[in-house]
Amino acid sequence: MDLNFSPEEQAFQAEVRAFLSEALPTEIADRVGRGEGPTREDMERWHGILNDRGWLAGTWPKAHGGQDWGPIHLHIFEEECAKFNAPRIVPFGTKMLGPVLQKFGTPAQQAEYLPRILDGRDWWCQGYSEPGAGSDLASLKTRADPDGDVYVVNGQKTWTTLGQYANRIFCLVRTGFDGKPQEGISFLLIDLDTPGIEMRPIRLIEGGYEVNEVFFTDVRVPVANLVGEENMGWTIAKYLLGHERTNIAGTGFSVQALAQVKALARQVKRGGKALIENPLFAARVARVEAELEAVKITNLRMLSKAASGGELGAEPSMLKIKGTEIRQELNDLARRALGPAAAPFPSEDLDNLAIAPQGHGHNASGYFNNRKISIYGGSNEIQRNILGKLAFRGG
Amino acid sequence: MNFETSDDRRMLADSLARYLADACPIAARAELAYAAPWHSEAAWSGLTELGVFYALACEEAGGMGGTGFDISIVFEQLGRALCPEPVLPMLLGLRLLAAAGRDVAPVLDGQPVAVGIGELDAPYDLDGIETRAQAGRLTGRKSLVYGGAGAARLLIAAWSEGKLALFEVKAEDAQVTGYGMIDGGPAAEVFLDDTPGTLVLADARGALEDALDAGALALCAEALGAMEIVQGLLVDYLKTRKQFGQPIGAFQALQHRAIDLGIEIEQARSIVILAAAAEGGPEFAKRAAQAKFLVGQIARQVSEEAIQMHGGIGITWDYPLAHFAKRLVMIDAQLGDTDWHLERLMTALTQR
Repeated sequence: MDLNFSPEEQAFQAEVRAFLSEALPTEIADRVGRGEGPTREDMERWHGILNDRGWLAGTWPKAHGGQDWGPIHLHIFEEECAKFNAPRIVPFGTKMLGPVLQKFGTPAQQAEYLPRILDGRDWWCQGYSEPGAGSDLASLKTRADPDGDVYVVNGQKTWTTLGQYANRIFCLVRTGFDGKPQEGISFLLIDLDTPGIEMRPIRLIEGGYEVNEVFFTDVRVPVANLVGEENMGWTIAKYLLGHERTNIAGTGFSVQALAQVKALARQVKRGGKALIENPLFAARVARVEAELEAVKITNLRMLSKAASGGELGAEPSMLKIKGTEIRQELNDLARRALGPAAAPFPSEDLDNLAIAPQGHGHNASGYFNNRKISIYGGSNEIQRNILGKLAFRGG
Repeated sequence: MNFETSDDRRMLADSLARYLADACPIAARAELAYAAPWHSEAAWSGLTELGVFYALACEEAGGMGGTGFDISIVFEQLGRALCPEPVLPMLLGLRLLAAAGRDVAPVLDGQPVAVGIGELDAPYDLDGIETRAQAGRLTGRKSLVYGGAGAARLLIAAWSEGKLALFEVKAEDAQVTGYGMIDGGPAAEVFLDDTPGTLVLADARGALEDALDAGALALCAEALGAMEIVQGLLVDYLKTRKQFGQPIGAFQALQHRAIDLGIEIEQARSIVILAAAAEGGPEFAKRAAQAKFLVGQIARQVSEEAIQMHGGIGITWDYPLAHFAKRLVMIDAQLGDTDWHLERLMTALTQR
């Protein structure tokens, strides 16, 4: 048993750290650290910086512009990025569509789309969920009817993250109406400039806009934009879900959030002393820290297994549940530490009032917004269904 | 033993419920509570006409209530409607002014009063207050003064001649910066710099503690009302939202979680009743602390679980749950959070 990274992996970690301290613009890291989120320009700029270094899509094969990273290298990279408050790489092109095209796409589709993901000409978004098809994704109704060399798409998608910045969307659409619902789904690439598409923003609980509804009315999509074969979409979607999983516990975010909570609790005063000296608050921090240390090891155990070619079963679902619970607990502590000073609605007008310590004016917003992480990407209830199936019905 | 609400209070609750349903619908609330002045002047007048402030003041002061059950019945209705009107500082103000034997007639008729007690480094702890008064002039900063954005009269807790005293300050004499809250409603920072104030109570500690306990009771009752609405939304949603060919409420795992919330909400109702009954007696401080502690825990659980069981819709601005959940979580940070009140209870244990 050796809990340490190999010398080569440690060298890579050092290389990533050196790169981040050098290349990550301070103002972007500050915005991420304050919880104001990266702006669109921040995300595009950071993608460009990473692409110049060849690290925007490190797990892609070298032939497609990646580094052939395995799961441990990706983990190291993502952990360090989180600790440095780098913007999260928008995953829809790099982590989702890219691997799908590399596995299922035609050479022509690969040649057309992969370079455009890397250089930022294309910003992809995801059209999966529908108002009536959330956890039960296979019941989706958006349909694509063949008409000569096009499909005619009609229906509605929802929860499309950052769709307002995207120029293309990959969608699961219904092309078959017989048999099991999973068997009639296809994976289609759609240019958002095509007539008949309307994107409407959805305002979230804390007041921000990051997800959208997308309406399709007689949208004509070339048959050439089908990925894989017709009615093969569910297989592709399942393959793609496997690619969302390595960072599923978000431990890098939690490590960063814990450090921020500790610093905040040393800064905030209660009863003439630092909040961290309050035994009840300190107990909350100590509890979640022990949980986090354990989940970090669970995560490494999974990565080690995956890196040595092992088949993953229950691990990603466990990590999703535990990892999101820990992140949300840390969000709660960041809000709780402020007491009533967490309550003002964030606004630039408030900055010079310094009600919350600098950089913490969004702690309550962050807490409310991050309720999403146990809902999206397969809710924690769906993860428990997967685990239940594995444990009680032999998968 | 009788757990029935009296007819008078039932009538007040009913008329308040009817009025708020009409004057403060949730869709309108989602706009007005988040934009200056962060509440509705019309609703304020309406509440005044209904006699809400009379219900919060004792008869000796010219009011028509002021007991624990008067407080809980009013705030439960405000919570059910998610009303952003700053009624809480009126309750505190009325109690403080009545304790000083001041004429509260204008306040009973709706003149807004705000109360500045907590400070940035001492949000809950009276001993941590740093604002000082000397020769009738006050210096310090009061933070998160609820309702402070629109009140002409400010009641300020400050040290004076070795005692915690209460002063009245005209808002126009202080620097008052108003802002809105993440869960809706108005607050303000109040900066005092050698600002003139009138002494209301030279030794105000007892009155302040009583007002804060009454405020804690009010917030618990508000949370109770809001939680019952959330539970209703949740059960309706579980019955109607279909996935996998059936209502999601058919899944036992979700039924159990929804039922657990129902059990906790009954606990909240009981502790609110206990605290309300203790008002005016020697156990009030302890009961208020027990209530605020328990309700703080339960309100967080109800908010988080109700959102989780709704899924994405639960965190959208246009669905009422989001606003109830924000209020329920942020109530904990007002007038002492879960940990603060638990510490009070722990301290009391060691002092016996």
